[in-house]
Amino acid sequence: MTQLALVIDLNVCVGCHACVTSCKEWNTSGEAGFMSDDNPYDRDPTGTFFNRVQTFEVGEFPNTQTVHFPKSCLHCEDPPCVPVCPTGASYKRPEDGIVLVDYDKCIGCKYCSWACPYGVRELDEHQKVMKKCTLCVDRITDTRLPEAERKPACVLACPTSARLYGDIHDEESVVSKAIREAAGYTLMPEWGTQPANHYLPRRKTEMRIHEDELERADNPLKIDGRKPKPGLRDPSLDDVTSW
Amino acid sequence: MNPAFSVVFLTTLIGAGQGLVLGLFVVEARAAAGLLAAPSTTLYVAGCVLALLLLAAGLLASFFHLGHPERAWRAAAMWRTSWLSREVIVLPAFMAAVTVYGWAHWQGLPGTLWIGGLAAALCLALFLCTGMIYACIRFLQEWATPLTLVNFTLIGCASGVVLLTALAAALGEPLVEVVGAWALGLTVAGLVTRSAALWRNARLKPRSTLQTAIGVKHPRIVQKAQGFMGGSFNTREFFHGRGPGTLRAVKWLFIIAGFVLPLLLLAGGLAVSSPALLWLAVLLQFAGLTAERWFFFAQANHPQNLYYQAVS
Amino acid sequence: MNAPLESPPAVAETRNTTCYMCACRCGIRVHLKNGEVRYIEGNPEHPLNKGVICAKGASGIMKQYSPARLTRPLRRKAGAERGAGEFEPISWDEAFSIMEERLRKIRSTDPKKFALFTGRDQMQALTGMFARQFGTPNYAAHGGFCSVNMAAGMIYTIGGSFWEFGGPDLDRAKLFVMIGTAEDHHSNPLKIAISKFKRRGGRFISVNPVRTGYSAIADEWVPIRPGTDGALLLALTHEILNTGLYDRAFLARYSNAGYLINTDPASPEQGMPVCSGATAKGDNPEHRHDQLWWDRLSGRAVPNHTPGADPALLGAYRLDDGTPVKPAFQLLLERVKEYTPEWAEGITGIPAARIRRLAHEMGITARDQRIELPIAWTDSWGQEHDTVTGNPVAFHAMRGLAAHSNGFQTVRALAVLMSVLGTIDRPGGFRHKAPFPRAIPPMAKPPKGPEAVQPDTPLAGLALGWPAGPDDLSIDADGGPLRIDKAFSWEYPLAVHGMMHNVITNAWRGDPYRIDTLMIFMANMAWNSTMNTVEVRKMLNDRDEQGEYKIPFLIVCDAFQSEMTAFADLVLPDTTYLERHDVMSMLDRPISEFDGPVDSVRIPVLPPKGECKPFQEVLIELGTRLKFPAFTDKEGARKYRDYPDFIVNFETEPGSGIGFLAGWRGRGGEKAMVGEPNPRQWAMYEKNNCVFHHVLPRSYQYMRNWNQGYHEWAQRTRVRRYTDPIVIQIYSEVLQKFRMAAEGRGPSKRRPPEHLRERLMIYCDPLPFYYAPLEVQATDTARYPLAAITQRPMAMYHSWDSQNAWLRQIHAHNYLFINEKTATSLGIADDDWIWVESMHGRVRCMCRVSEAVEPGTVWTWNAIGKAQGAWGLAPDANEAQRGFLLNHVIAEELPAAEGRRMSNSDPVTGQAGWYDVRVRIRKAAADEPAETSPQFAPLPAAPGTGRVRKLWQAFVAGKGEFK
Repeated sequence: MTQLALVIDLNVCVGCHACVTSCKEWNTSGEAGFMSDDNPYDRDPTGTFFNRVQTFEVGEFPNTQTVHFPKSCLHCEDPPCVPVCPTGASYKRPEDGIVLVDYDKCIGCKYCSWACPYGVRELDEHQKVMKKCTLCVDRITDTRLPEAERKPACVLACPTSARLYGDIHDEESVVSKAIREAAGYTLMPEWGTQPANHYLPRRKTEMRIHEDELERADNPLKIDGRKPKPGLRDPSLDDVTSW
Repeated sequence: MNPAFSVVFLTTLIGAGQGLVLGLFVVEARAAAGLLAAPSTTLYVAGCVLALLLLAAGLLASFFHLGHPERAWRAAAMWRTSWLSREVIVLPAFMAAVTVYGWAHWQGLPGTLWIGGLAAALCLALFLCTGMIYACIRFLQEWATPLTLVNFTLIGCASGVVLLTALAAALGEPLVEVVGAWALGLTVAGLVTRSAALWRNARLKPRSTLQTAIGVKHPRIVQKAQGFMGGSFNTREFFHGRGPGTLRAVKWLFIIAGFVLPLLLLAGGLAVSSPALLWLAVLLQFAGLTAERWFFFAQANHPQNLYYQAVS
Repeated sequence: MNAPLESPPAVAETRNTTCYMCACRCGIRVHLKNGEVRYIEGNPEHPLNKGVICAKGASGIMKQYSPARLTRPLRRKAGAERGAGEFEPISWDEAFSIMEERLRKIRSTDPKKFALFTGRDQMQALTGMFARQFGTPNYAAHGGFCSVNMAAGMIYTIGGSFWEFGGPDLDRAKLFVMIGTAEDHHSNPLKIAISKFKRRGGRFISVNPVRTGYSAIADEWVPIRPGTDGALLLALTHEILNTGLYDRAFLARYSNAGYLINTDPASPEQGMPVCSGATAKGDNPEHRHDQLWWDRLSGRAVPNHTPGADPALLGAYRLDDGTPVKPAFQLLLERVKEYTPEWAEGITGIPAARIRRLAHEMGITARDQRIELPIAWTDSWGQEHDTVTGNPVAFHAMRGLAAHSNGFQTVRALAVLMSVLGTIDRPGGFRHKAPFPRAIPPMAKPPKGPEAVQPDTPLAGLALGWPAGPDDLSIDADGGPLRIDKAFSWEYPLAVHGMMHNVITNAWRGDPYRIDTLMIFMANMAWNSTMNTVEVRKMLNDRDEQGEYKIPFLIVCDAFQSEMTAFADLVLPDTTYLERHDVMSMLDRPISEFDGPVDSVRIPVLPPKGECKPFQEVLIELGTRLKFPAFTDKEGARKYRDYPDFIVNFETEPGSGIGFLAGWRGRGGEKAMVGEPNPRQWAMYEKNNCVFHHVLPRSYQYMRNWNQGYHEWAQRTRVRRYTDPIVIQIYSEVLQKFRMAAEGRGPSKRRPPEHLRERLMIYCDPLPFYYAPLEVQATDTARYPLAAITQRPMAMYHSWDSQNAWLRQIHAHNYLFINEKTATSLGIADDDWIWVESMHGRVRCMCRVSEAVEPGTVWTWNAIGKAQGAWGLAPDANEAQRGFLLNHVIAEELPAAEGRRMSNSDPVTGQAGWYDVRVRIRKAAADEPAETSPQFAPLPAAPGTGRVRKLWQAFVAGKGEFK
């Protein structure tokens, strides 16, 4: 069984928000549209987005990490938002594991959003239905697009390729390998939702310097006479002892 | 959570209606068993009408919660998995049973006890459904406890039976003291179990933390930006935006107005046989229980709020 | 989402062009539906962004359909105050007549009374040409207040720079060191490169007072006090030199480290390299190549690069004529002697041991991880090399390093450190991008004096250029400045990008003179592009005793209703990037890659909105009406139909074959770089993703300062006139020439005014040195202890995007970030309203406590705050009510000393010292209004802009609701 998912590499995410607006741009005119904006040019502008990038500070100065954290629907393997839906509008596609909302069935009761611990569903204030990341289902399944472009908009946009996309049930997929090799983890594992989306943690490259690397035979200071050999006639033990 | 008044009214109103019907059925059952002098038909009919009014008002309130109320009928579809769907089925069924129950009494038809029994069963089922809507969300730890079911049921019953008491008093029914005693008992029981829930929730340790939310193992994590500044559905729906002081005030308000004062008024009203005091108890309790239900939602700390704490 | 794909294709038409949501210039594919933009995505076939796009680029739709767009030419209403934003619409004919009449009069009397300054434009080759043809020296783009220190400091040292001119080769680097904020230029390519670098296990160190942006993913964050980077770089150099971790062979052959400098205090030539007088190598008459080495093998002085010789880099020697000399490298070693890590610790706040370790990491990585590529090449002195060597330590810096008044010498220190590590135009280090490297300095020179400015005559010289000594300054007989901004004067001799930040103040004061017409393109000089915003806004509206405006006529061209357009007498509505032709030209700032020249174009995807007209068309029309020689033939008739026609057919000189675009030249498009105009050039660009990429042979891709083959190619393709080597200037001869003039000696007859002599002697030091920024020197730091700086939010570039309904949801207002301990000591907590006060002004804003900022620094996002009503926003929008500008507390001038006012700028380059301000912070009183201060009267919507703001909107392409 296929389970499509995103794997987000926090090791390279610089928090540029490219995934946020490319998502909005694709989807507001797409099958998932529209994504309304309230007060677009007034106080407290607010709108529907499927994807947000957040910023956290970890630790205390000077040992501080700034973590940029993109978050969208995690397409849980056991999605708590699906069984609670009274109309069946919220569903998980058996063929690829994408969790979707059928806007024609959604009554806008918001119960699915209550049942999502991750806060990734947003009720569109004007279409009055629950919306969420569709994994750009209208891109990835559109055979009219070239194969390389059948990916979610955020994945194509991401300048640091921090968003990997693929089938986590396929052991050989790029996402499975990344999860396996770079310690991929899921969010809030305590609820057993088995999010399909995974995150890759920060990794740190350090450099070890050995003492002797500073003292080398080819040190140019020797050529430039700053570490001169003593002159042959300079005093030595030879001059003063005979044993 | 940010309490939605549609849901607050839905649950308090139908709770009272359910309690009222359950009270009527118990009265009829005990009367049938000879444990109680049978009340007048008027009590049954008036009780059922009152209950139906409450249930209808609750149902009406619930429509205000929906983005697309015109599609509400679709909500019956997923009864296999969704407690909400089950509630959507059981509530009208219950209302129908109450209608038949009241009509049967009015018409003096036989078998009202059986109809009442069916209504009572549906009533309990409805308590179960309503309670489970909240109790089944396991990461809303304040709700995910049997106490939620117990409280919805006891509080509904208490408010319904207090109403029954006032109604009985207003109709001059002799069983007012018996029912009044039940009302006192149920209100005390509700206070006890609701207090137990408060006690439990005050000691809850959130299972989700910022550490599990973003998967970074460090004792000190602080959000600096939630990714947008003008708010979103996620900042509006899941947090009431009020300080802990307000919550504390509402808590004491509902304890006093929803339980303590109604108890005193009930006791007083029964002692001096004053329907006015009993009606006052009904109104005050209803207001107090509205506050209780507001608090029930407000106190529930949704783990998604971990992700929405700061703008910059 | 029930039935995806049952609808017809979402996209009807796709067109390629180039993004302009920031200066990065990525290739984009714009999808249209019923004439509306459906979707903008990165072009996967574009060499710059390889298909990716950023938050801004993906929000282009909301820029295109912003209600803040100007759509008609506007004239200030008679009697309305400047800044009030009251306009009446006029026709383009009227607008052109007004400009033509006014400019013709100026041009025929005193052309310098017309000043053209442009902001974030990407057409400096054209705007500069317009100014030159007009005959005014008063032209510049915004480089002077952006990052000119970066360009000048590095180009005067290694002949190239970060910016569009070169960058870190992260493909092969092992260690990457980024210093200061650098998120704003070349952003997508850098993001792509950094992520690949990190994935490959490269080590990334970020030196920055603040940990945001790219610094967030650094393996190590080194917090530093703002403005002290020079001290760190010099201490690193100290440690690298004293541990012998420098690349001796590289320095000896490719830099002037071995050149012998005259150290005889009695000699008039003291401080200059000693030359042999032998026939100079190379063909460049303006650059000598006969400096002497001390050959350590034969123990005597020889002309540099004598075959078989190896220069001594250290020591003191005496020439045959008794002249005492030292190799330049010895002088560098002496210079950094005092700059110990312990010394730097006290200045930078970075522990000495850490500085040592960083130096060791750089030196050891450079030495022990050396790359050898099997690429044979020949150097400028004829020596053949079998391999290209790389020392894989790469650096990157931009504005964070540059925007200090000590930035030039700091950037020099960085370039010297990079050179000492042997990383210049080598794999894994710094790599040039065509047309760089240039000669040091580049050949273009500014006008040398008032005689260059004549009525009805083009300017003699380029408005902007690269002085090689005092003789190249733009000064009058008394040493006074020729330019309104005083660039290229003794005050700021190497102000190679001009000094836009002083234009309004100088013109207002009439110092050095009054001007008549100031034309501003795409620069918000009444808001975030100016220092001292409150006062500058007053100057723009100030009148003399006769009631005349001190700056008599203001023309502003912009696509949006900004704070600046409100002050204009004449507003010209520009197009957006989706509505215009543009060129990213080799004559300007092309988008070249390390492997060869790349230029690109924009091709209109949509028709212009309303009466919008691209600024280029305005310039060509004006230039034609004014009969500039470049735009008219001998009879004064129009030469070019329009901008696209101009781009195709213009040649720098008749028959030169050099034009704005390097690709598909020649009649049939068969030639590259040089060739006859090709009438089908636009179409060929369009067919090729709007980009021309000429990949050089591998042997021409490295070591281009000294690569004979590359130089011959560059000469053939007219990228360079000469083929002489570009020797790294560890020791700067140019600076020494200015210093000698100040000392009253040297080859130039020009002498600075008395009051500037000491300044020039100090700051025109031929070796990098550290000094506290001038603003800091003039501040009582006990009263104003905190450094206040800005960072660039990646989703909101400069001020370009507050009109963007999507991006402004991400950054609607801004906070001042304060270190947690600093905030606690001041009794301030999150969300408190606070006053930020410098000795120049104050702002009220909100506090955000942070652990990711150095305790002596406070910072905020740049240019989020807006004036009420500007950019199509409601007066109560967050940007105006809770957003603020740090600009209000930053002055464009230093406090007057001895009655003289100097710009708050680098004393060498005139780079605006944005990041030098020192502030103090106190909590606002409880009864103060919860809004930022200062506030300004709200601007009304200008005629032609979207007057009615929607309460909500939902963009769906193709419905025609947003056209």
